[in-house]
Amino acid sequence: MLRSFLFFFGRRWAVDPRCAFFLLAMGLVVSVAGARDARSVMADLISAERSQQVGLIDELSTYGDTIIAEIYEAWRTGGIYALEQGTGTQLLQLTEGQEWELVATGAVRDLSEADLAGLKKQRPARALRKQMKRIIDTLGLKAEDPALRIDSAIKLGRSQKAEFIPALEARLEVEPAKEVRAALHEALAISHLAHGDTAQVTAAVETLAAMKSAASRAFLEVVLDAERNHERADSALAAACERALLTIERHLKQQEFFGSFFRGFSTGSVLLIVSFGLAITFGLMGVINMAHGEFVAIGGYVTFLVQNFFIQTWGLSSSAFGWYFLVALPLSFLVAAGIGLLMEKSIIRFLYRRPLESLLCTWGISMVMQQGFRLIFGAANVQVNNPSWLMGNLSFGGFQMSYTRLLIMLIALIVVALTWLLLRQTNLGLHIRAVMQNRHMASSLGIPVARVNSMTFALGCGLAALGGAVLSQIGNVGPSMGQAYIVDSFMVVVIGSVGNLLGAGLSAMGIGLVDQLLQPSLGPVMGKITVFMVIILFLQWRPGGLFPTRSRSLDD
Amino acid sequence: MGMLCLITGLLMLIPLLNAWGPDSGALSVSSFQVSLWGKYLTYAILAMSLNLLWGYTGLLCLCQSLFFALGGYAMGMYLMLMIGERGAYKSLLPDFMVFLGYQKLPLHWEPFNNVWFAMGAVLWVPGLVAFAFGFLAFRSRIKGVYFSILTQALTYAACLMFFRNDFTFGGNNGFTDFKDILGFDINAAATIRGLYLATALLLVLTYLITSGLLASKFGKIQQAIRDSENRVLFSGYSTTSFKLMIFVLSAMIAGAAGALYVPQVGGINPSAMEAAKSLEVVVWVAVGGRGTKWGPVIGAILVNFLKSYTTQAFPDYWLIIMGSLFVAVVLFMPDGIVGVYKQVKSYFARQRSLQTTAA
Repeated sequence: MLRSFLFFFGRRWAVDPRCAFFLLAMGLVVSVAGARDARSVMADLISAERSQQVGLIDELSTYGDTIIAEIYEAWRTGGIYALEQGTGTQLLQLTEGQEWELVATGAVRDLSEADLAGLKKQRPARALRKQMKRIIDTLGLKAEDPALRIDSAIKLGRSQKAEFIPALEARLEVEPAKEVRAALHEALAISHLAHGDTAQVTAAVETLAAMKSAASRAFLEVVLDAERNHERADSALAAACERALLTIERHLKQQEFFGSFFRGFSTGSVLLIVSFGLAITFGLMGVINMAHGEFVAIGGYVTFLVQNFFIQTWGLSSSAFGWYFLVALPLSFLVAAGIGLLMEKSIIRFLYRRPLESLLCTWGISMVMQQGFRLIFGAANVQVNNPSWLMGNLSFGGFQMSYTRLLIMLIALIVVALTWLLLRQTNLGLHIRAVMQNRHMASSLGIPVARVNSMTFALGCGLAALGGAVLSQIGNVGPSMGQAYIVDSFMVVVIGSVGNLLGAGLSAMGIGLVDQLLQPSLGPVMGKITVFMVIILFLQWRPGGLFPTRSRSLDD
Repeated sequence: MGMLCLITGLLMLIPLLNAWGPDSGALSVSSFQVSLWGKYLTYAILAMSLNLLWGYTGLLCLCQSLFFALGGYAMGMYLMLMIGERGAYKSLLPDFMVFLGYQKLPLHWEPFNNVWFAMGAVLWVPGLVAFAFGFLAFRSRIKGVYFSILTQALTYAACLMFFRNDFTFGGNNGFTDFKDILGFDINAAATIRGLYLATALLLVLTYLITSGLLASKFGKIQQAIRDSENRVLFSGYSTTSFKLMIFVLSAMIAGAAGALYVPQVGGINPSAMEAAKSLEVVVWVAVGGRGTKWGPVIGAILVNFLKSYTTQAFPDYWLIIMGSLFVAVVLFMPDGIVGVYKQVKSYFARQRSLQTTAA
């Protein structure tokens, strides 16, 4: 009420003494009301007199809300209208949805025919536009979210406009967050590259070199070219630029190398989890399981179902949702182990020591399972959301490692450790190793061979499902998600020597590393093909794999 | 011999009915059906080539569809060039090349203007790939399951390469929209009949090659390799060379089948060389009866018939049916359909002998 009274008076009585009074009143209102929200300041600005607008702009410059940019854009393009009413003038904004919003509060208003006839378009004055532009441009520096502040600083720095330097420096004084301060330093240094005398530019170049700023490379090259064009190629500035560029290049190459290594390890870990199960069934039992990929898909789908259950019971944004992944891991293992047990008792039992037949039979089963997935879950990929504690990256010396990939490496280590424990320290492991060495002798010594077989197959399938649960976090879950990994898993098992888990682990890591190291230069498809060629050549040299079994007996 | 005449007679019935039979009714055979049967026959030839490798030499090769597709691509390149300026872009270059911005024909496409070169390529391209891969694989004594896995990986890698659009082979769309072959309109009834006859001829030829080979000394060694490779080695034969020769021969037969497949179906794309397609061929041979002469043919035709019927009647369940059929055949009918008769006979013989001993 007071506001509209003041506006009313302000428009009709543009007299200087009153202007001072209004400024004072405005100041009182501001200090009494505390921090007003940006909308009301904008509303005041639009309807205020030119003389008052200066003060309001100063006030506006302390806000960092993006709504300011939106309202200003609407104002500039003629989307703000004034409606004279008995109680005062209201400012309305025509939104994209053809609704009328009050500028001051954002509330939606319905307008009558009479109202619509009485609307008057508002436009900002020309002089005002420049000042507003400055505010809008530096708006991002005051945003709530530090990421937005960093983005804004980078944008302003890259524009290399002198007018932003004061704003950047001002922000630097008050900025609390470390990453934003670093971005501001970088932005200031880049801006200084284009403005300032030789000493300042040289200082800026040194700063950028110390920060190893990748974003500044293009600008440094511009400075270097300018020096060369003016035949000052030997100047200290040119030398500083060259040094800086070299430092940055080296740093980037280092990062890329570590990046490839990290990605290689993470790919290798995924491959390890998926192919460990295959190594167990193939190596310890002589059964080729072409349906291994479908067990991976089972793991992915179980994770999907657990996630849905959590969403239904507790909601997507609840804190309980974060736990779904930890529940899904053992559950997918158990479900897949159960299905594997069933499969073993009904079909695989007849196929031991007949690897070609087991290949064909399990291929048939894989077709049935894939179509089953399509019928139950649909042919499209299903959505599995990452829990909140898995989102984001770990920063390590400027190098980003995503949490999901770190978790995958951890799970791979756990899988290897648990499998080793199982095989070396438990009775079941002892039986498995005995059956693998000599089936008939083991049976003669009283080891229940049939039960050991079932448990081993179930273990292998369970591990595949763990791989699927893990894959659901980094990739898509669909009916044919396992097919992409089947060929690679077989390669891992063949190279790692059948029956040797250490070999399988090493070859999984090796294949993952080689694949990722070749990718930057060759691209993903040619990289895969090259890996395949390398495998064929490796098998020429060592057909038995990494750790061939030394035996004098022949296969026949 | 009797079987051969019977089958040849049955096969000849189809184009005869198409040319001079009634236009409707039970005995009518439309051009579409002729080309459909022609497709089935190319599948039968493909199955026979796998049977040569698997049934008689014991090598389960999962890349027959790769050789099939390579032969098909060679023929496809010739047919694409024969389109001339009648394509959508009215240029001498194939449509997909214009679309991708090529200015002129790549060097390796030039010779395919000549039909004899194309026919030769149909044979020697798959043969060369088979020779290179087989040499590397057999030389290091890669056997059994490992060989199968490696062939599967080979198919997978080749499939990936052909799916790339810059591989100059049509990318994921492949070749399609052919206009004529050897100067004849590819959609004319007479051409379709001609292609069918050529396929039937190739089938008979393959049969004669197979049976001739099996009756010879080469064939005996081949089957010996299947039964026990080590003993053949100890007997002084170079099993590597034998296996390599069979591998190359079967690849060439598969390539020829692919070359006849492409004009009858009207197109080819990289999905024809996926590992799943290779395993389908294995299903045909397993169902029909591996290690028999006519088993693969019967298996191929029967399974594809079943597939055509089921994909129309229960499209969602086709894969489940085929998978279960496969599992059942591998578990219960290791000799396939052709072997069922023998299985039943031996079962009854066993029952009778049990009874006589009991009595």
